[in-house]
Amino acid sequence: MAQEQKQPRKSTESEEATEVAPESDVAERKEALDDDVDSLLDEIDDVLETNAEDFVKSFIQKGGE
Amino acid sequence: MSVRRVMGVEVEYGISVQGQPQANPMVASSQVVNAYASATLRARRARWDFEEESPLRDARGYDVSRQVADPSQLTDEDLGLANVILTNGARLYVDHAHPEYSTPEVVTPRDVVLWDKAGEQVMHDAAVRAAQLPGGQQIALYKNNTDGKGASYGAHENYLMRRSTPFADIVRHLTPFFVSRQVVTGSGRVGIGQDGRGVGFQVSQRSDFFEVEVGLETTLKRPIINTRDEPHADPEKYRRLHVIVGDANLAEVSTYLKVGTTALVLAMVEDGAVSRDLAVESPVAALREVSHDPTLRTLLTLRDGRRLTAVQLQMEYLELARKHVEDRLGADADAQTLDVLARWESVLDRLERDPLSLAGELDWVAKLKLLEQYRSRDGLEWDDAKLALIDLQYSDVRPEKSLHQRLVRAGRMERLVTDAEVEAAMHEPPPDTRAYFRGRCLEKYAEHVAAASWDSVIFDLPGRESLQRIPTVDPLRGTRRHVGELLDRCETAEALFTALTQ
Repeated sequence: MAQEQKQPRKSTESEEATEVAPESDVAERKEALDDDVDSLLDEIDDVLETNAEDFVKSFIQKGGE
Repeated sequence: MSVRRVMGVEVEYGISVQGQPQANPMVASSQVVNAYASATLRARRARWDFEEESPLRDARGYDVSRQVADPSQLTDEDLGLANVILTNGARLYVDHAHPEYSTPEVVTPRDVVLWDKAGEQVMHDAAVRAAQLPGGQQIALYKNNTDGKGASYGAHENYLMRRSTPFADIVRHLTPFFVSRQVVTGSGRVGIGQDGRGVGFQVSQRSDFFEVEVGLETTLKRPIINTRDEPHADPEKYRRLHVIVGDANLAEVSTYLKVGTTALVLAMVEDGAVSRDLAVESPVAALREVSHDPTLRTLLTLRDGRRLTAVQLQMEYLELARKHVEDRLGADADAQTLDVLARWESVLDRLERDPLSLAGELDWVAKLKLLEQYRSRDGLEWDDAKLALIDLQYSDVRPEKSLHQRLVRAGRMERLVTDAEVEAAMHEPPPDTRAYFRGRCLEKYAEHVAAASWDSVIFDLPGRESLQRIPTVDPLRGTRRHVGELLDRCETAEALFTALTQ
């Protein structure tokens, strides 16, 4: 089996390995990604309950299982 | 040796009457269940049959006496709370203060996902119907496990196992598996500690609520390995492993891997194939330590002295499972077993490199990524109420409110089943277990089904004084292949009963 002897990978090394890419590309993609995330968060803002603190406080459970 | 096994999940939903934090949750839960039952079940409503229940039977070989049991353990008492069987073979009922949905018995992980998702839709449908009744209230339901103030409610898994497997083996091999599997199955939580007052994010909703390694209770002194032994099947042949240490998952891949990988490990335990001792020191503390570290770097100490992360511990189980499937089945392994193995490996590899890369597959990562995006955009600290709200609203069952469903609709989360399949599974039973017989009887002969349970359907037939019980002890009989033609052919309950008993 291929992974029988697999050593735990050091995550810092593999992160570096996967993040190598031409710089301009990265900047472009990051900008596109940021726009994408912003529009998702905007969309979610619209459906979030308005008073977070009161809403979370008023959720109380008893018993179960 | 495969992922195929008789299994199912049961989820208690958090409940809240909008604008009325002091509303009685038992009343609200009853309204939800009754509204769904009245609207969808034709004619008379079959009762749940409590005859064969034995919630105090302990897998270690004895019964707890009713006098010493906590009242919450007496789940075989008919308290008059709403409790119905659906045409898809599922059970919908009020469990103390929560509406609960138990999937019908199925035999593949993908079918667990499908009938569990159907449960979310049943709950949503039920709450909508409850609001439409005269004097109806707006009720919100959450597929989560804690109110963040000290209360926790469960998402339980059930797996039928060979009776001949020593229970000590189950405890030994499953405990480290459960301590570590939350890196795949956790649904993520804002807040640390049972009351959530500690600041930060953790992997699992449930881990802070476990206090002992082995035990019968589910509501107090919660154990990592639960010993309830109530097989709802031939007890000489089977035990039912009742797993209470999981989170309620919304992500389809999380649920799929939760039951798929557990089924594989159980098969190995039954076959005596877990050849390494993976026992961890202080499992209850370890369960919390793993949950409290979303970077997944925490090292657990094994009893043999090794120190491994939870992901590495999961990799040990994966290697054993791969080898066991190859040894036992080779090229004959079924597609879903191979798929679970491949996904499990892929998920663990990526969790080790970059946990956030799993945001499209696992609940806790999807939630964490969303929270981190909010933190970064709005400069929020972990104790900001908005983050607690996002945590809660991730699990709201209303499509217009659910943040999980919002991510799904935005194409950000992988799906394993389609909306059309989920819609069908709300009403249709799985074809390959006894749930098929139960569900079809409810659908076709509702007027004459007096009661039903996992292991029986009880008919009240015209002209007969006593009720007639059809036992369904074998979960793998009563399938479409077995009785489909018979059910199609028999127009009345009487005709079916005669055909079955002559």
